[in-house]
This record gives sequence, C-alpha cells and structure tokens, in this order.
Amino acid sequence: MFQRVLAWFDDRLPITATWERHLSKYPAPIGQNFWYLAGVLLVVVLVIQLISGIWLLMNYEPTAEGAFASIQYIMRDVDGGWIIRYMHTTGASAFFLLIYLHMFRGILYGSYQKPRELLWILGWLTYFILVVEGFTGYVLPWGQMSFWAAQVIFSLVGAIPVVGEDLLTWIRGDYLISGITLNRLFAFHVVVLPLALIAVVAVHILALHEVGSNNPEGIDIKKFKDEDGVPLDSVPFFPYDVLKDLVAIVFFLILFCIVIFFFPDGGGYVIEYVNYEPANNLKTPEHIVPAWYYTPFYAMLRAITFSIGPFTAKFLGLVVFGAAIVILALYPWLDKSPVKSIRYKGIYSKIGLAVFVISFFVLGYLGSVTSSPLRTLLAQIFTFTYFAYFLLMPFYTKYEKCKPVPDRIIIK
Amino acid sequence: MQPKNPSNPGRRKFLIAATSVVGAGAVVGAAVPFLTSISPSAKAEAAGAPSKADISKLRKGEMMVIEWRGKPIYVVRHTDKSLELLNQNIERLSDPDSQQDQQPDYAKNENRSIRPDVVVLEAVCTHLSCAPTFYPQIGVTDFDDDWQGGFFCPCHGSKFDLAGRVYSGVPAPTNMLVPPHYYESDDILVIGQDGAKA
Repeated sequence: MFQRVLAWFDDRLPITATWERHLSKYPAPIGQNFWYLAGVLLVVVLVIQLISGIWLLMNYEPTAEGAFASIQYIMRDVDGGWIIRYMHTTGASAFFLLIYLHMFRGILYGSYQKPRELLWILGWLTYFILVVEGFTGYVLPWGQMSFWAAQVIFSLVGAIPVVGEDLLTWIRGDYLISGITLNRLFAFHVVVLPLALIAVVAVHILALHEVGSNNPEGIDIKKFKDEDGVPLDSVPFFPYDVLKDLVAIVFFLILFCIVIFFFPDGGGYVIEYVNYEPANNLKTPEHIVPAWYYTPFYAMLRAITFSIGPFTAKFLGLVVFGAAIVILALYPWLDKSPVKSIRYKGIYSKIGLAVFVISFFVLGYLGSVTSSPLRTLLAQIFTFTYFAYFLLMPFYTKYEKCKPVPDRIIIK
Repeated sequence: MQPKNPSNPGRRKFLIAATSVVGAGAVVGAAVPFLTSISPSAKAEAAGAPSKADISKLRKGEMMVIEWRGKPIYVVRHTDKSLELLNQNIERLSDPDSQQDQQPDYAKNENRSIRPDVVVLEAVCTHLSCAPTFYPQIGVTDFDDDWQGGFFCPCHGSKFDLAGRVYSGVPAPTNMLVPPHYYESDDILVIGQDGAKA
C-alpha cells in the first residue's frame, strides 16, 4: 500500500529522488569531527527562532507607545510567554555562537577553497542577513539599548559623504529614531529578512550537496570512488550522520534549556540589563555596548579616531566597520595555498590564524567595555592586525612550505 | 515549438527590445510609491514645533534638558570659573573658532551662544547621534587626565568642551549643533525659531 502511494507521488513529484540525493545516498566524508556539528545545529536554531518568533508576534505590539509594555505583557500575563521569549532571545545568541563556530570550521579546514567558493559566499550572506536580523530584532523591545543602538547604527548611514544625511532621513522615515523607524524595522525583522534567510540557507545546502562536504584533512574524497561512483572515504548521510547529529542535537538542547531556565539573561550578554529600561530619547545610557556578537566590529568602528585627508574619522570608521565584515567573504581569493586544511598548511598560516583569533577576541572584549585612551590604542593595534591577517594572506600562503596531503582519509 | 527560422528576425528583435523598455518603465513607475512611502510622512514633518523653557531656576554650573523635535537640547549656565576657562585651553579643540557651519550666525562667537553665560546645544553627538553626558567637573576623569569640563559621549568616547566644541583625536568630526533659538524674555528660552523670524 505504502509502496503504491509512494509510486503515485513519485510519478508526480521527485520524493524518492530527493530523499536519495540529499540524504540516503549523499556521501558524507568519514573523519568529520566536532566542528561539523555547528551546521546542523544552526538549522535547529533557525527552526526554534521561526516558531518562537511567530508566537511572540501574536502578542507583540510594534509601536513606540506599546512595544515595551507588550514585552512585559508577554513576560507576565501571557501563559508560557516568558519561555517563548527566552527561547527567542537565547536562540539569537546561540545563532551567532554557532555561526561563528561554523565559519571558523570553514577557515580552519579551508572549506572555502575551490570548488566551494560560492558555498562560502552563500554562507557569508546568511551571516550578513543574520547580522541585520539580529540588529532589527534588538530594536523591537524598545528599551534604552534598543533605542540607542538604532540611533547609532542608523547614524552610520549619515557618515556617507554628500548624500548621507538625506539618505539617513529617508531610511529612518523621520528626523530622529521614532515609532515610524520601529515599524519598518519590525517589517524587516518578521517578513523580509526571515524569508531571505530561509531562501539563502536552502540555496547554501543545495550548493553544498552539489560540491560535497569537506573534511578536517581537506582531502578531496571524489578522487577515489568504487564501481558505483560512491567515494570510498564516505558514508551515506542517512542514517550515519543523521544519527550522530541527533545525539548532538540532544546535547545542544540540554545546554539551550539550561540557559533558558537558569540563566535567561546570560549575565547581561543574552539580554542586556539596560534594555529593562524603556527607551528614553533624551538620555543615552552611560554604558552603551552592543550585543556580544557585534562587539569586535564595534571596537573597530570606535578605534578610528583620526581623519585622513578629506575623509572624516566618522566616515573612515564606517568604512573599516563594513570592510571588516565584507573581507570575510573574500577568503576563497585571499588564500592562495595549494592545501586546504590547516593541518597541512605551513607555519605562517598557523601564525596568521592565531593572530586573527587573538585579534577577534581582544576586539570583542574591547567592544564590550567603555573606551579609554589605552583601550582605543589597543583597539587600533588589533584592528591593524585583523586586517593584516587578511591582506597579507595572498603572500604568506603562496610562499610558505606546506606538508604533503595524503590521498585517502586515514582514521587512527 | 518555435520555428527554426523565424521570419523577419529584425522585427522580432525590435519587438523584444520595445516591450522590455516599456516593461522596465513600468517597474520604475511602480517603484515610486514604494520608495516615497519610506521618506518622512506629513505627520512626521509637522512634528517640529518650537519648544519653550523657563531658565530662571537654572543655577550656575547646572544643566537642564529640553525636548525639541524628539531630540534632547542641553541648556547649561556657566559658572564664573568655567566662563573664564572656556577660551584658555583651545589648543586641544578641532574647530575652536566655529568655522564650520554648526551654529546660527548669532551664535558664531567665542562662547557659541547668544548670552555669554548660557549655552544651548543639541545634545546629539556629531559622530553617531548619542546624547553626550555632561561632566562639569575639572581635573582627572575616567576618560581624560586633564578635563576642563564639558561633554563626553558614552558611545564612542568623543569629547566636547562646555561650548560644544569637539576635541581633536575623537571620532566626532564637528562641533555640536547649536539649534535655532532666542529669548522671548529674560528667562523664557524658545528653541526651534530664530529671534528675527518670530
């Protein structure tokens, strides 16, 4: 009976073919490690965010007058409202934590190298959409941090020479951040960006399944295939990887629940304390810091305190801020190394990666504390090393001595 | 199925080009309402009425905040000392003579104000629009070893003196704006209108 129903559908819709192509016959390389879990967990978090978001939408009021109160209403008067909101706020931080791990995995094992350039670009695009989605969502509760984050981020647009101020008024829809701005950010947060995110994630996965997954050794498994054309160093994604992923999902959800139930504001990192105060357009909070996942870029923005020629510090800050994010997309063309994985790359790549990681963490810290002359100097130094890592990459990856890469994946 | 050799290919090419141009025109036309609806509405434009404030209770060395067009306006009354110090430490300022057009003409003087002792400023940092915090004290602060009193922006560390003039070496490019304002009587300050027009 089931076979007949399936056959009826298969004649009209490629159900079995899709199942085989993407799951039961998709060759997953052997030897994938812990780092390879972030991808599937990101999909889980996407689902959590979509579902909790839809439910929050049922009680949230997108107006300057009602937004803050409606969040309190969700937290206190709606049955189960608090848990749904904490799912969404924790999900936001989890989203960024996982996407950073996922990107770092790609950097570590050269997963952006040919033929995975487009796959990397699509992944970068999901990160970029997520950055905007995170910002727009952050404004919706209309607390003090919401308001002033919007004020600062919108003002960045005003730093563009000549057209900046008019452009700013146009996209802000008012002469200052107001309920009008809140409303349009709401439209983006709940409709435009989630749709874009789902679409790009789907294309990202399609592209992955076209070029195949990388592995920690950076070995191309398609070089050695059996008589059926299946790579020798692979297992079918279903059931092998799926079952392994399910275990990871269970562990992840346990950690996720611990945060939701015991540390919902995550020490001020998941939900910032200043945002428990309603938006006040007349007073900037004394310690204004962005959400933790933006702090490295925020530190770079703040580090630019000097002007060069006709360009003001304000404009240069915007340029550095943008460039720091955009340059991540250029990995496939900056890395000229003949090998993919850091395991076989030379010493300069390893030093470079260490410099990058240290810069990112130090900047992340500096962006989360108030500025002082010493901290500004440090931020300038590490902004320099951050960019040096990328801009020198074409040279040190080309001339360093790499180790020979084996033909096959050997599991010890 | 398309015929292998379409008759009159020149005409087909022309028709494709012509319909594409008309289609593109329609897209541009349809985009207009979407693009214009984003700009400030008539209601938002109308919300710019002047604000009035009584400054008789503002004592020396104090600051009051007035709301005008949703923005905070700082009104500071100098102390005798701060007035005296105001133009003695101008070497750290980026535009001490207010050369850039950040104030009405009647405030383009050495105190950047109509009355020498009362400063009126838009409390919007010229960097990224945070409201700078008022720090009247003189001496060592968290952010400066030789502070002369003024405003410090908590967002990105820009510094301004008590007349809203920006320090060099901070992210903010220009002095704080002085809004259009005048005194209706000795103690009634009107923000949002020039005296001459009233």
